[in-house]
Amino acid sequence: MAMEVTQILLNAQSIDGNVRKHAEDSIKQFQEQNLPSFLLSLSGELANDDKPVESRKLAGLILKNALDAKEQHRKFELVQSWVTLDNAVKAQIKTCLLQTLSSAVSDARSTASQVIAKIAGIELPQKQWPELIVSLLSNIHQQAANVRQATLETLGYLCEEVSPNVVDQDQVNKILTAVVQGMNASEGNNDVRLAATRALYNALGFAQANFSNDMERDYIMRVVCEATLSPELKIRQAAFECLVSISSTYYEKLAHYIQDIFNITAKAVREDEEPVALQAIEFWSSICDEEIDILEDYGGDFTGDSDIPCFYFIKQALPALVPMLLETLLKQEEDQDQDEGAWNIAMAGGTCLGLVARTVGDDIVPLVMPFIEENITKPEWRQREAATYAFGSILEGPSPDKLTPIVNVALTFMLAALTKDPNNHVKDTTAWTLGRIFEFLHGSTIDSPIITQANCQQIITVLLQSMKDVPNVAEKACGALYFLAQGFEEGGPSSTLTPFFQEIVQALLTVTHREDASESRLRTAAYETLNEVVRCSTDETASMVLHLVPIIMMELHKTLEGQKLSSDEREKQSELQGLLCGCLQVIIQKLGSSEPTKYLFMQYADQIMELYLRVFACRSATVHEEAMLAIGALAYATGPDFAKYMPEFYKYLEMGLQNFEEYQVCAVTVGVVGDICRALEDQILPYCDGIMTQLLKNLSSNQLHRSVKPPIFSCFGDIALAIGENFEKYLIYAMPMLQSAAELSAHTSGADDDLVDYTNSLRNGILEAYSGIFQGFKNSPKTQLLIPFALHILQFLDSIYMEKDMDDVVMKTAVGVLGDLADTLGSNAGTLIQQSLSSKDFLDECLSSDDHLIKESAEWAKLAINRAISV
Amino acid sequence: MAPHDLRRPFKRAAISDQQRRRELSLQRQAQHRRDAQHQARCLASFLNPHSEPEPETTSETEPEPSDSPKELDIRHASKLKGAEARKWFARQLMLPEWMIDVPDQLPQDWYVFARPAGKRCFVVSSNGTTMSRLRNGSMLHHFPSALPSGARTKDSSGSAQSYSILDCIFHESDQTYYVIDMVCWREYSLYDCTAEFRFFWLSSKLVETGACDLPSQYHRYRFSLVPVYNCDQAGLSAAYTGAVPYVKDGLFFYNKYDLFFYSVDKTGNTPLALVWKDENCSQYVIDRIAKDRFQANNSRLFIYSLDRVVLELQDNGNLSTSDDPPVVFGCVDRAFIEQTESRSGNLLQFAISDGGLNFVDGSLRRLIYIISEIPI
Repeated sequence: MAMEVTQILLNAQSIDGNVRKHAEDSIKQFQEQNLPSFLLSLSGELANDDKPVESRKLAGLILKNALDAKEQHRKFELVQSWVTLDNAVKAQIKTCLLQTLSSAVSDARSTASQVIAKIAGIELPQKQWPELIVSLLSNIHQQAANVRQATLETLGYLCEEVSPNVVDQDQVNKILTAVVQGMNASEGNNDVRLAATRALYNALGFAQANFSNDMERDYIMRVVCEATLSPELKIRQAAFECLVSISSTYYEKLAHYIQDIFNITAKAVREDEEPVALQAIEFWSSICDEEIDILEDYGGDFTGDSDIPCFYFIKQALPALVPMLLETLLKQEEDQDQDEGAWNIAMAGGTCLGLVARTVGDDIVPLVMPFIEENITKPEWRQREAATYAFGSILEGPSPDKLTPIVNVALTFMLAALTKDPNNHVKDTTAWTLGRIFEFLHGSTIDSPIITQANCQQIITVLLQSMKDVPNVAEKACGALYFLAQGFEEGGPSSTLTPFFQEIVQALLTVTHREDASESRLRTAAYETLNEVVRCSTDETASMVLHLVPIIMMELHKTLEGQKLSSDEREKQSELQGLLCGCLQVIIQKLGSSEPTKYLFMQYADQIMELYLRVFACRSATVHEEAMLAIGALAYATGPDFAKYMPEFYKYLEMGLQNFEEYQVCAVTVGVVGDICRALEDQILPYCDGIMTQLLKNLSSNQLHRSVKPPIFSCFGDIALAIGENFEKYLIYAMPMLQSAAELSAHTSGADDDLVDYTNSLRNGILEAYSGIFQGFKNSPKTQLLIPFALHILQFLDSIYMEKDMDDVVMKTAVGVLGDLADTLGSNAGTLIQQSLSSKDFLDECLSSDDHLIKESAEWAKLAINRAISV
Repeated sequence: MAPHDLRRPFKRAAISDQQRRRELSLQRQAQHRRDAQHQARCLASFLNPHSEPEPETTSETEPEPSDSPKELDIRHASKLKGAEARKWFARQLMLPEWMIDVPDQLPQDWYVFARPAGKRCFVVSSNGTTMSRLRNGSMLHHFPSALPSGARTKDSSGSAQSYSILDCIFHESDQTYYVIDMVCWREYSLYDCTAEFRFFWLSSKLVETGACDLPSQYHRYRFSLVPVYNCDQAGLSAAYTGAVPYVKDGLFFYNKYDLFFYSVDKTGNTPLALVWKDENCSQYVIDRIAKDRFQANNSRLFIYSLDRVVLELQDNGNLSTSDDPPVVFGCVDRAFIEQTESRSGNLLQFAISDGGLNFVDGSLRRLIYIISEIPI
């Protein structure tokens, strides 16, 4: 048997497909027939030093995959099957794993580390396997370096798997001590030191208490900083990774160390190898992220009770930091603009410079201008590009007052460079910089416009010309045009772009047909720019937008003609369909927003719908989503006439609702059900059984991403509002779901920010469902069916009011439900309403709200309540 | 524990256009859900049999029963200029019918107020300016006001784009706009709301803005509310005889549960708004045409002692009510039509005497003409 396992594991890695397939089937069969024996065999294989390394590694990997999976529900099942295993079996497996940590074979040790951490992830939160950490810590004192290395690696994975609050502080202290000792320069073995440094990266989240203690923090910081000077590149890199993580986790503790860290990072950026230099730059980018967040949260106005004050590290480091970053800009790689995956020190440095500008604003300008002026006309392309990139990077952050005079001078230069510079790299960055100029310094909020009737013609001529350049330059020119159009979005009934509209649209369509449009994302950029040009167009050009409809429809039609496609071609087809459906969606939304254009557009509705249905028939997820979004827009534009498409469309709607894996598709489809409810009103009735069944299934599923659940509740409201008292038959299913969700979402105590946000969105969905149901039943003889639910709903309102953590959206929806309940149930609920806290304190609070939407809903609710209790 | 990927977006916008499309769709859906909810909330809670034909007629004759086209229509209208604006506003009149009998449930279901004498008009405030338009759509005043977005002031409460539309009577002698109804407030359409709700909203919102204050640099005319009463005996008496700061011109009756459905029929006549005039509460007891025609002293009595009826002329010469379905009352011959230059669709006013249907004093009038002359 044992020999057989080894052979099967080796066969599973055979180059012969048949052998491999046979082996995989046997493994699967073994797992299904006898799980305990299967897991025992695998752990035995992994622990056995006589076995080949290949079979041991695969044994460990299969073992790991038997404990964890990406999908939530699968993971849950695996955890269940582990928990229910016989204790003796589990103990034997654990023994094998711990034993493997002492193996001479590093791959076996490393695999065992990962499996141990997975089991710890399941058992430690249940207070099981208490001896694990003790036994690991005892390994640390062993002589053999391989054991110490494997143990530190295991501790690192363990910290990644389990949450800090399941390990008590005493053990945390011991783990940290072991890890930091392993990192110390006195540790002679580099493998041990590297494992310790990487372990610290994961253990930092456990070190809250230790970072609050000056002595312990000093010690940890000293060891980390020393490790950045190790002769071993991987250790230096791992140590800088720790610094990056510390910069965001313990920003407020850094003041004492920032000067030293600056010196260390500056030296690394200038002298060290790229992987290390990149981490050193990332440290400063990360500090910028922190300070931007803090300054945004508090608007620079710090009171005593702010959570974390801003230490202005960037502002203080500015005079040294900026020259360091500017130097990196000159270290470009030749073809970085053609390579999607490129990331180098020049790119990292420029990105960091942009973040620094956002952090300090105006102060950066005088520090960067001399560099730009000195380099922008140099014969060496690297210098011109670096200067241009520096300029583009600092356009977000400083005030328009500071930048506008400079930009006015630079604009002419940039336009000339984009036309004439011989270097593609320079042109790429120039076009990007023009886009940044338009993004941040052009628009209705800017006092002195940089784009005027006088220079607009030239700008457009240059951009359209550049759209014929090599793909990466053309893509950036499209991007610049995107922001140019966006800046005219709120320009009133007449747009400066109107005279150029036809020419711009034509040029963009031409780009989409370029042979090389699939390079550098060019085709995508062209369609996205077309979308923005349409969104920002005015009535003056409505006829031209209308004219686009048959053109885009024809393009979409062409994608459907291909015969047998290879999987590569199919992917391209699906991507193109996504772009075209997206474009049509934007056009429909634009034309549908005014009566005359909507009327003209409607002549195409049938044909468009037919195209969408054919796109659905191609069955590709991304297209599915884009076509679904486009259908929502179409339903809104067509109104009740959409009914004629329902018989054919319905199956795709159902398919979309069933798409759990791509939850975005599911979410979009739920939104479209709402659109269709509002378009069809009670004509949606024949489809409601199917839709409601699927929505109820989705709610009960633990496979569906939780973010889709609140919109499903809102969708109940949309359906109820559309079909009125016909919602009756769904009450017995929907109401208990709503009640239990309401109970779950009533309290948030102890939850983190994300969970509070989610809870509020859940509450909002539940309340929108109640609103729709009440209003749907209003004036019907069946309103009495809702009376039994009134008490629970009022209690729910009371309890979320008591929690004091609802956001403005929930507040508005909640007070609205109060009114809906009173409005629909009238005197039937008069007494209950009068007894509820919501009808008094909560209502009063809403009545005096500064948010006029809340206030309006509250005033309406008050009227409805007065009517209900006065009868 | 391989090194972590630290690539950041390079030369890329922070949000992809696809993400933007998703978000814009979500915004659109949320907006439409709000609109639908809002519409549902404003529909009368107490629709009773006698007021039901109103909304029913609408949903059957309107090609689009959803609320949004109307909403759009109002939004659109607030921005109209010139001839277009005149045309739109001229169509939107909610004009009362003469009160020829006492409605059922008068004390429970109706409001009454003394109508100020003056020009009936819509007041639109938007984009930093205010405009009043008469019933025929022509502009009366163009001025700054304290209404929302009604003047170019630094006050940033609400967007400059937001607009409000009030139904007013301009009272010459004290240069005051008396607000008798509200169509739309800060883009919050009261189209489908009951009169009860509209009056409540009006009284709670108007004073807040300062529109009722005395005129100032950014507020050229004063706005004022009229006292509205329930139609019980005390209320009727207060409206009929009570002192008001303006010259009275009859009594206005509003059904509490009437929705502000403008396009109910082509004329804007709505049976849920009625007017009563007599010597005690109006100086314009007789319309001017009547005055021209009946110089004789007894003419007043003659006209108002008769019941009157307004009928629509059909293609075939039939005269029918504007009900749905129309009820045919009688017919006129070709010669009559030619003589009076009437066309199909014209509304004709008749007086009903003891003997049945007669033309008032043997003459025929087109109601549209008459109404434009009666200063309601």
